[in-house]
Amino acid sequence: MSLTASPKSILRGWGQDRLTFALLAVFVAVLSVSPLLRLLVEAMIPQGRMSSAAFERVWNSPIAWTALRNSLETSIGATLLALVFGTVVALIVTLTDLRARNAFIFVFMMPLIIAPQVMALAWLQISGPSSALLNLVGLAPPLGTKNPLYSREGIILLLAVEYAPLVFLTLRAGLRALPRELIEAALASGASRFKVVRSIILPLMTPSLVAGMALVFVSCLGNFGVPAFLGIPGNYLTLPTLIYQRLSGLGPTVLSDVAVLSIVIGAIAIIGIIVQDVMLRRRDYRITTTSMAARPFELGHWRLPVEITLWAVTLFAVVMPIIGLLATALVPAYGIPLNASTATTANFSFVVFQHAASKRALFNSFMLSASAALILTLLSVFLGYFIVWRQSVVLKWLNIAAELPYALPGVVLSIACILLFIRPLPWLGVSIYNTVWILLVAYLARFLVLGLRPVVAGYHQIDRSIEEAAQVAGAGFFRRMFTIVLPVMAPVAAAGAILVFLTAFNELTLSALLWSSGSETLGVVVFSFEQGGDSNFAAALSIITITVTVGLALSTLLFHHKLPQGVLPWRD
Amino acid sequence: MARLIIEGLTKTFGAHAALKNVSMTIENGEFVAVLGPSGCGKTTMLRAVAGFDTVSGGRIAIGDETVSGPGVHVPPEKRRTGIVFQSYALWPHMDVGENVAYALRVQKVGAAEREARVAKALATVGLIDYRSRRPATLSGGQRQRVALARCLAVQPEIVLLDEPLANLDVHLRASMEEEFSAFHTRTGTTMFYITHDQAEAMALADRIAVMDHGQILQMATPSELYREPCNAIVARFIGAGMVLPAHLEGAPAAGRVSIDVLGHRAVVRCRPDTPPAGPVALCVRAADLSLAPLAPGRDQGMRGTVHRLIYQGGHFTADIALEGVGNSVQLSLPEPASVKPGDSVQVIVHDGWVIPEPSPAP
Repeated sequence: MSLTASPKSILRGWGQDRLTFALLAVFVAVLSVSPLLRLLVEAMIPQGRMSSAAFERVWNSPIAWTALRNSLETSIGATLLALVFGTVVALIVTLTDLRARNAFIFVFMMPLIIAPQVMALAWLQISGPSSALLNLVGLAPPLGTKNPLYSREGIILLLAVEYAPLVFLTLRAGLRALPRELIEAALASGASRFKVVRSIILPLMTPSLVAGMALVFVSCLGNFGVPAFLGIPGNYLTLPTLIYQRLSGLGPTVLSDVAVLSIVIGAIAIIGIIVQDVMLRRRDYRITTTSMAARPFELGHWRLPVEITLWAVTLFAVVMPIIGLLATALVPAYGIPLNASTATTANFSFVVFQHAASKRALFNSFMLSASAALILTLLSVFLGYFIVWRQSVVLKWLNIAAELPYALPGVVLSIACILLFIRPLPWLGVSIYNTVWILLVAYLARFLVLGLRPVVAGYHQIDRSIEEAAQVAGAGFFRRMFTIVLPVMAPVAAAGAILVFLTAFNELTLSALLWSSGSETLGVVVFSFEQGGDSNFAAALSIITITVTVGLALSTLLFHHKLPQGVLPWRD
Repeated sequence: MARLIIEGLTKTFGAHAALKNVSMTIENGEFVAVLGPSGCGKTTMLRAVAGFDTVSGGRIAIGDETVSGPGVHVPPEKRRTGIVFQSYALWPHMDVGENVAYALRVQKVGAAEREARVAKALATVGLIDYRSRRPATLSGGQRQRVALARCLAVQPEIVLLDEPLANLDVHLRASMEEEFSAFHTRTGTTMFYITHDQAEAMALADRIAVMDHGQILQMATPSELYREPCNAIVARFIGAGMVLPAHLEGAPAAGRVSIDVLGHRAVVRCRPDTPPAGPVALCVRAADLSLAPLAPGRDQGMRGTVHRLIYQGGHFTADIALEGVGNSVQLSLPEPASVKPGDSVQVIVHDGWVIPEPSPAP
């Protein structure tokens, strides 16, 4: 074999990866940055003219102010409630000798696997006057009374149940990094266990708690499903539901107005993140040593009561509503009690085989989620390679940019996508607005980080020399990527793909604003069934999505031992 | 097999110069170790030779072909080098046989020949029975041998070894050293071995290049490095040499010269071109020194005070602070020790080496 380095061979050897890199950089920039830029432009220069008219209209709109107040009330209330719930559970699960820990964590994490609007729907089934389950045991409130969940408090409660797992996750990660010596030194100084938790553990966990709070706050602020199901019937509007209603209306200024409203949400989210940053900068919380996890505190004779309480609360908050939802899905009409003679599968066969939009939604949601998962996974394997192993500065910045569409509330991205795609694409002349493709683009932009994070964690764990060894063996860039890197990264890539699929499959916030006739998603159809009073169909379709998502989450247990810790939220 | 020529090699990362005008030639079939502390530039050099990094200046040639140089960069996959990584870098999703066969597949070597070469390579490292095992089920030493076999199968022009023993237990290192040595004898391949462990370098290499701050300080056989260091840094780095200020007292004859070291006259080794007078730095080692009874007025050696005795099992290392200068020397004392900390002593210099290169005051 000749060693001659002709200019052509140099181009070939170094060309494949440079070309890939350039394509990736352009793709991520277009996907993550351009919609948000377009949104900013619209707010400042609506319809191409410098004007503050849209801002003034929103400023002078009482409904906008009410929605802003409602958004803040529900987000702050839910954040505090989730903080308490998540912290208590994380402390008990991590620090004590609780039994059946993994099973408990899986059940507690279920709200993250089940769509918020489905959880809201499920809670409605067990709390209302015509609840099939409550009627079964004869405990339903009298007919004609309003379901107590149609209220501010109902929204707060549901959001807290939905997002307490986020506090749990960040705190648990922090607790695991806490060196056992710090706890043991306090115990050796004579402090009681409660004192250790209060004076040592919780103060050191401030960064985790604050980070968890910020995450929950931003998630609540952008949540559409819960206030849509629980707020709209009682005319309690938050910013996302206000935008949804405005967009359903008509008028020449609608787009500029919703652009301003979505910028307001984005700004509040950013303020929340900045507050988190400021709170953490005031003190030094760095933990210098690393060591093994602390020995668990023995609960002693408190063990059984604590276990019963935790399971009871979690079963009540998570499992009972789903049973209620199943009961609703199995009765022929809303309000009929479930028993052996009333049980029917008619609702299921209706949504799967008869209702046209529902059939389309099953197909669309599956195809959209699967395509997004596939595309983003492949993209992430290449992106992660350049970010971590090639330490590309350009992509490191783009990696941060890629976080934006996910960190900001979903309505912000939805409005940005509408603005970007309402006109035909430049050069191509075709429009993807009002088609299923705008949803795919939005999914790709929003869920990129979900696919990317596990892969980046994976690259950090594996030494690059396995790729260099293949290079020395004579393998070119694509050959190395497909025969060495992809197989080694397969478990983390699969985890990323499943996270993307689950989130996209459950998604409502984007599609509520971007769907069109023919491009319905499951979230949209469940929402319209419920709005039209067809709770039984909504319940049946929801049970189908729960089965798919929980089944997928369980399937990851087959290969979870190959993953870096913390990649799958529902698995320790 | 080929010779490796490095000429005026320079590599900068931003403002930091990792390699400064490095030149060396490794002859066909030679085993050269590059020895230096971490951060000295030795890994940068290996990565430049392998082609993972481009060079900022200078030239690298493998055989007759320039692989790195102005306007030239042959990518690693076209260089016909083999590398043994510190982390072994075995592909976890392939079994041992597939690991060894990978490069042959890439080069489209036919199935029959591939089989034969894989079997031969595995037989050479004694792992023929481990062919269908996964790397995860092997011990550290076995993994390193698979990495060697993987190199061997492609018959590379040159084998680069990047601290291959750093991850192994002490008792495994000796047997792997033997393995590398046997590998070199058997195949006659040119070997370029990076390490920070001088015992390893001395045991294995035909020649050692000592590196520091991106430069090669001295490149010589292990014995020459030990006996005739070219400057104070090499003298201190190799074999725990001590450097003392001294004055030449006469012209060298037959490779030896008379000197005055801290008021003590001694005859030591030197280069034939050493000037007849002037200040020099003297390299001595513990074995070159002994203690003399204190006799006032007579030159029995360099005057000093016993600072500390360190028990080494069977003998002591005495740390002696020399009078008049900030230096101290270490020498070996048999058990039981004849002196105790605080005693005044005289140290006799039996042998030493006049460091030829002018260097910063010791």
